[in-house]
Order: sequence, then structure tokens, then C-alpha cells
Amino acid sequence: MSQARPKVRTEPVQSATFSKAVNAEIRRAAETGIYDIRGGGSKRRVPHFDDLLFLGASISRYPLEGYREKCATNVTLGTRFAKTPIELAIPITIAGMSFGALSAQAKEALGRGATIAGTSTTTGDGGMTEEERGHSKTLVYQYLPSRYGMNPDDLRRADAIEVVVGQGAKPGGGGMLLGQKITDRVAEMRDLPKGIDQRSACRHPDWTGPDDLEIKILELREITGWEKPIYIKVGGARPYFDTALAVKAGADVVVLDGMQGGTAATQDVFIEHVGQPTLACIRPAVRALQELGMHRKVQLVVSGGIRTGADVAKALALGADAVSIGTAAMVALGDNDPRYEDEYRALGTTAGAYDDWHEGQDPAGISTQDAELAARLDPVLGGRRLANYLGVMTLEAQTIARACGKSHVHNLEPEDLCALTIEAAAMARVPLAGTDWIPGQTPI
Amino acid sequence: MLDLAQTPLRDINAALQAQARGGNRTRWEIANPRGSHALAVGLDAPIEVTIRGSTGYYCGGMNKQATVRIAGSAGPGVAENMMSGRVIVDGDASQYAGATGRGGLLVVNGNAASRCGISMKGIDIVVRGNIGHSSAFMAQKGNLVVLGDAGEGLGDSIYEARLFVRGTVSSLGADCTEKEMRPEHLALLDRLLKDAGMDDARPDQFRRYGSARTLYNFNIDNASAY
Amino acid sequence: MCGIVGLFAKDKRLEPQLGALLSDMLITMSDRGPDSAGVAVYGHGHDGRAKITLQNGDPDADLDALVAALRHATGETIAATRRGTHAVLELGAGAVNAARRILIDRFAEWRVMSTGGAIEIYKEVGLPARVVEAFDVPGMTGTHGIGHTRMATESAVTTHGAHPFSTGADECLVHNGSLSNHNNIRRDLARKGLTFETENDSEVAAAYLTDRMNDGADLGQALECALRDLDGFFTFVVGTRDGFGVLRDPIACKPAVMAETDRFVAFGSEYRALVDLPGIEGARVWEPEPATVYFWRH
Repeated sequence: MSQARPKVRTEPVQSATFSKAVNAEIRRAAETGIYDIRGGGSKRRVPHFDDLLFLGASISRYPLEGYREKCATNVTLGTRFAKTPIELAIPITIAGMSFGALSAQAKEALGRGATIAGTSTTTGDGGMTEEERGHSKTLVYQYLPSRYGMNPDDLRRADAIEVVVGQGAKPGGGGMLLGQKITDRVAEMRDLPKGIDQRSACRHPDWTGPDDLEIKILELREITGWEKPIYIKVGGARPYFDTALAVKAGADVVVLDGMQGGTAATQDVFIEHVGQPTLACIRPAVRALQELGMHRKVQLVVSGGIRTGADVAKALALGADAVSIGTAAMVALGDNDPRYEDEYRALGTTAGAYDDWHEGQDPAGISTQDAELAARLDPVLGGRRLANYLGVMTLEAQTIARACGKSHVHNLEPEDLCALTIEAAAMARVPLAGTDWIPGQTPI
Repeated sequence: MLDLAQTPLRDINAALQAQARGGNRTRWEIANPRGSHALAVGLDAPIEVTIRGSTGYYCGGMNKQATVRIAGSAGPGVAENMMSGRVIVDGDASQYAGATGRGGLLVVNGNAASRCGISMKGIDIVVRGNIGHSSAFMAQKGNLVVLGDAGEGLGDSIYEARLFVRGTVSSLGADCTEKEMRPEHLALLDRLLKDAGMDDARPDQFRRYGSARTLYNFNIDNASAY
Repeated sequence: MCGIVGLFAKDKRLEPQLGALLSDMLITMSDRGPDSAGVAVYGHGHDGRAKITLQNGDPDADLDALVAALRHATGETIAATRRGTHAVLELGAGAVNAARRILIDRFAEWRVMSTGGAIEIYKEVGLPARVVEAFDVPGMTGTHGIGHTRMATESAVTTHGAHPFSTGADECLVHNGSLSNHNNIRRDLARKGLTFETENDSEVAAAYLTDRMNDGADLGQALECALRDLDGFFTFVVGTRDGFGVLRDPIACKPAVMAETDRFVAFGSEYRALVDLPGIEGARVWEPEPATVYFWRH
């Protein structure tokens, strides 16, 4: 008598290389014939500020008393050539985001929040709106390859000019805003037909290379009477060379955007596979400034994945003069808020993962031109929320700086840091925690 | 008369720009430009500026209202992002002439090099001679009139700008196509030629080119054009 | 990234002024490149004789000892002229290779800038005005010359990183732009035995042309090949013993202006560089077409 034995089978194993997500993307590509376009920055885990820790003070260093002993946070941008540098109360600015990508209400909220907090906000690839100029005490005007809406009057009523060479999400790439967001007002500002896909160029139309850029900067200064700081924004590609060349071309400020920096819309393959993590970009850029004798003379603004006061303090400790936030500011306004979970699900996604900003269906009413959705964001309330968030980040950065004995956040140094991982230690050029080992650093 | 051999560029531009805030001098001359950059930029008054010689990059950049005549040749980016007014080049214009211009009239009496009218957004450009390659690339709005020949890749990725060429076109760029010349186009061309002082050209000698509009919304079958 | 100038005299009466005209053209382009500057000047040379241009950063380096050692080793009469940090040796053309080997083996602190029957190359870090003065370029006579002022992009700011680059007898190249596949080309050429002094993309372009010409191409053919094999943005101006060539990449957005009269052909990154040339008012002035080889010969 033999009894039938249940058949023993190998547990099914999903391939790590061909994961469910990868396979789904292959099927999607086969089905639609178009690459994935999305907003935001890199979503993959890369070495980041989380992998660094501050050492704080104990016996060998003395801390400052919180709330009583002053720790300043002010920063001046544009001290090199501009007659009127930008004075900010905090070292955190709002990055360029276009009207078009964002609603007019969202742009207004950013201006209001930045103004309350004592910092600047920035236009984007779509020109300057009355909403943001009117509600921004300090407004940086972006000068982009597309030149949408560019005009000398706005150039003159800006407080600084940011020549955008690239951004961290897509160094070397242009943009793509799908037709759904090209409404009448957006189309008019950009001199485009309504409803078409807007293709942004990857190079400026009338200069290429640092030698020509130097002449372009001369023109911008001549038009604005040498008053306004000229920033140059680059994506985190070759930060050492790009920073040095921006300085040679005559920049007052270099804005350096790592791969976690967001975009309104571009190919996912670009966001995830081109550019370097923010953490890896800072030290080479600072080294370029130091070698040219320009550190703290040409200011360095770092962006891409800044979320907390700890991130701010770490970026400053590595040598930045200020940081800039984009995605975090949108989240502060309400982007990806779980209270809209039902609507996110209806769009086939979930709160926290929504990145189809280019489609203009944002339930939070931020990355949209739909009047009904946009009305969900109250610019006054949004501005207040942003100001609160900026205030918290500033207090956090001060807390850390005081703990390290600094009376100004700019006095944080790389030597105040250690790294949790070998990767972060190598990129930030600070020792691995518990050791005096900096990978790749030649012994002195 | 302002002399660049004696007066710094910044002072010359400041003097011309100050006319926007009220001035009584309507005619200006600039001597010895010798290829200087960013000359007569950011003007905003109905003045007439004549530059006696050849200029460097971005002459007449972002012009409003003023008439700037270059009695010589112009370097790269002449009249870039012009808003209104006129820029007239007696000689040749280098690359990027009229780039991103949003209004006004640019007249080139000689030839214009590559990328003439790149990303133009409403400017009118009239060139007596030839234009170089990649002209009217991503041209959004406005009119480009060429009495001579056009180089390779004319009007690549063009939007709604209108291109009129009297001579030959080496090749058309992606999504640029020849279009029917209708009466309203002949009338427009007639006005542009007269405005630019091109008395010896007749509208019916030209062909019109513009967007085929096949790239306006993504279609997988057009992927090879990207 | 840079400013380029070039002057090719058709009229022999311009030859005594070549250095002076070229120097002024280069100084005008200073804004385009603050890091280093250099010139290649082609003189008439003497039949059967060749020149080696050397550089040594030490102003007190003993040139006499070097000349004596070379004379002893080669049996040649050697004339030596010192100009700033550079020196030009003139010797029998047949002895150049032997002399070069001795220089490399025994006098490594003297670095070879160029060899050939006509070419002399002078280059240093600093602005054009200082560099041309240091070598008295304005006093030089020549049939044609090329100058360059450099804004370094990715490779070091050193004398050797300055342009022109010379990788073959009487050949030189200057470049404005940025190549995007030079590392692979460099590896291919190194496998064929070519040697490189710098990490500079422009040196790769020079060596690439040398390699083509070693394989039998003339300069025009070598430039045609460059269009096929070199990727990125470039405007090249190149010189040979009796020729002068210009090439722009197919996208052609780095600036280039040319002028031609009965007396000369001139190149400038900007028109400014050409404004003082004699008879420029009547010259044919144009911008070279993309992907088109321009070439003049004496």
C-alpha cells in the first residue's frame, strides 16, 4: 500500500533583475511606445545627508546655549560684482519652479512663504507672473534656454538673475510639458499654441560654452545696470569643472543641483540615470572655489533632496553658503498629502508616490492648471505653511550649529561631521564614524 | 556722438538707456565699435542710434522702441530677444540673429549666418542675402523673410512662425513643410518687404514654409523625428 | 573653450609683419581665454635644416650644456636661440629624431614643443599680452601663424595644456569647443604607438590628424576623416609647413569668422580679432560652413 505524497515544489522566486516593477515597465513600454515621463527627482536610494552625523561638542569643544546665545543664519548672495547683493535672513531659498508646471496660486504661496521667512523665491521656465512678483519680496528671475516670456522689464524688476545651464534631474537635457497643461494663459506667456506638447531646448539658443557665456553675462549686466547678482545654475554632472567655469565666466553665485533635485517633467531614465547625488557634488564644487580663491566670495547654493534642518546644516558644513528647496516646498504646500488618498488612487497611484505632475491632475492643486483643482490651494494658508516649515528647518540648523559651538551656521565645517557609510565618507570626504579614515584621501 | 575709443561701454549704454526716463536727444551716433559686445542693449525709448562700424555679440539685445542701425556687420545674437523697434544691419549678421525675438523688425542687408531667428517669438526678420543652417529652429511666432537662399535644416521643430524664402532651401528640418501662399500671406509679405526697404522684391517670387504640426502632440510613429 | 586667431600671408610683403599682426589679433581675444596663450609661427626655414622648439620652466636652465651634449652626440652644428622660457635649436633635418631621443632620455626638464622645418611654438600660462611679449612674437617674421588663448574646461592649466598642440613635424592644431569621445580615440591612438603629454581633448585631435597624415592622407583628407571620427563641438584651426586649414563640427555653434583678401587669409573667433588687418574693409568676410574643410596652401 503506498500513500500519495504531496508534491514538493521549489518556492517561486521573483528575479531581482527582472523585478515586478521592471517587468511592468517593459510591458508598459511595449504597450504604449513612449518612455515614462514624470515629475520629481531621483527616487532610488543614493548616499545622502542621512549618512552623515554631526559630532557636537563635549569637552574639547564648547557648545552655545540654546535660545540665549545667538546663532546667526543670515546670508548675502552676490557680493562679487553686483551693486545690489541679495540679503536673506535664512540660508534656505526656494528653487525655480515654473508657472505652467505650478498653478498661479502655488506660485503666489511660494512667494508669500518665502517673504515671511525672509528669503527668496525663483521664477521658472514660463516667465514671471504678477502673482509671484507681487508677493515675493526677493525674486530671482530665471534665464533659461527656452526664454519663454523673457523681457527686459521683468529682468529689471527681478532682484537677481539665474542663468540656468542645467538642473540635477536632467543635466544635459531639456524639458517636456504635455499639452494638458498648456492652457490659454500658459500658452500666451510662452508664445505657444494652446494644448501642444511643449519641448524645451537643452542648450541656450544664442551661446554655447563658458567663453560665450561670459559675453552673455556681460549683456545681462549691461541691460540691468550691473545691479543684480547673476547666478549660474548647473546640474550635478561635473561639479568641479562646472563651478570653476561658472566663476571664470563671471558668476556672482553658483547654484548646484544634485540628482535628487526635481523637475516638472522629463524622462524617468534621465532622472534616475544621469547626474550625481547631491552629497557627491558639494566637495568638488567647494574645492574649485577654494582653488580659485573664491570660496565665500562667489556663493554656492546647493539643492537636490534638502528636507530638514539637518540637511541644511550638513550642506553648509560641507561648504555651501545656502541651500535651495523645491520638492520639499511643494510638500509643505500639500503635495502628495494623504488626505487626498482616494483621488490619488483614482489616478492609479498613492499619496507619496504621485509624480505625474506633467499631466496636470494634481489633487492637491499645486502642479496643475485646472482652475477647479488649483482653487484647492489657498495661497495665504499655503504661504503660512511654507513659512512655518522654513522656520522649523532654520531652528533645526541653528540647534545643530550651536551644539557644535558656532555663532553662525556658516562656521560649520567638514570636520564637524563623520559618515555612517564608506560611500558617504568617500563622497563627503569626512571620516567614517569611529575612524580617522577618509576613503580615497591620500595620506598627508 | 559717443566714441567707444574714449567712453566705456557701460557709460554709453547708460546714456542710451537713460532716454527711457525722459530725454531730448533723439539721434545718437556711436563711433569705433570695433566688434564690441552688448552695445546699445536694453534700450527703451523711440531714439535712433547709428553705430559706425561692426559690432560684437548681442548688439541691440532686448531692444524696445529704439531704431538701431549698424553701419557695418553684426556679431552673434544681434537683436536677441527684441521686443519692439528696429535693428538694421547694413552688412552681414553672424549666427543667432534675432534669436528669441518677441517683436519689432530686424533687417539684415547682407547675409545672416546659422540659426537666424532661432526660437523666434513674434519678431519679424528680413534678410536681403542668404541665411545659414538651422535657421528658425523651434521658431514659435513671427515672420522670417529671406530674399536669398536658406541653408540646411530650415525651420526644424518649428511652431507657428512663418518663413518666406525667395531662393533655394538646402533642406527643411523636421516638421517643416512648404505651404500654400494665400492672399493674406502675399499681403503680409508685401508689407514686410516695404517696411524693410526691399523695393526690388515681389511677394509672388517667394515660397512659404511652416509647421506640418505633426510633432505637436507625441505620436509613436513620429519617434524618429525626435 | 577659447579664442582662436590665424593669419596666412598670400603676399610676401606681409611676412615681416606676421608676428605683430598675429599678436594684436590674439590680444584682442583675451576675454575669451584667461588661462594660457600660445602661438605657432611658420618661418621659411633653411633647406636640409630643421628646428626643435623646447621649453623649460627654469629661467636659469643651462642651454649651453644641452647644446654641447647634442652636438657631441649627433656630430651636428647646432644653432640655439633663447626666447623667454623657450629655446629654438636648428640642426640638420636628418638628426632631429636622434636629438629628440637624447632630449627625452637625458634632458627631460626640456620639453619639446614642436619639431619641423618651419614651425616654432611658444606657449605659456597667462594672458596673451604677457605671453606674446615674453617671446617677442611681434618681432617675428613668418608665412603663416596660429594663435590661441585658452579658457581651460577639464584639463589642467599648465604650459603643456596650452595650445597650439603639435604632434607631428610642422603640424599644429588649436581648438575651441569640447570633444565628447576623445578618451576612446586617445586609447586607440596610444595602442598605435602615439604618445600624449596632457589629458587635453585638443591634443587628441592633433594626434588624430597626425596619425591620418602618417597613414598617407593630406591635411584636407585628414580633416574629412575627423568629421567622421571626432564627436562633440569643435572649431579647429590647423597648420602644416605650407598649409592652413579650418574645420567646424556639423553643429557649428562655436564662433568662427574668416576674412580673405589678395594679401591674406585670416581667422578669428570673433570679428574683433580682424578689425586691424590691413585692407580688412575690402575683405570678403564670412563664417565657415559646418562640416566643411577649408584649406589654403602656399
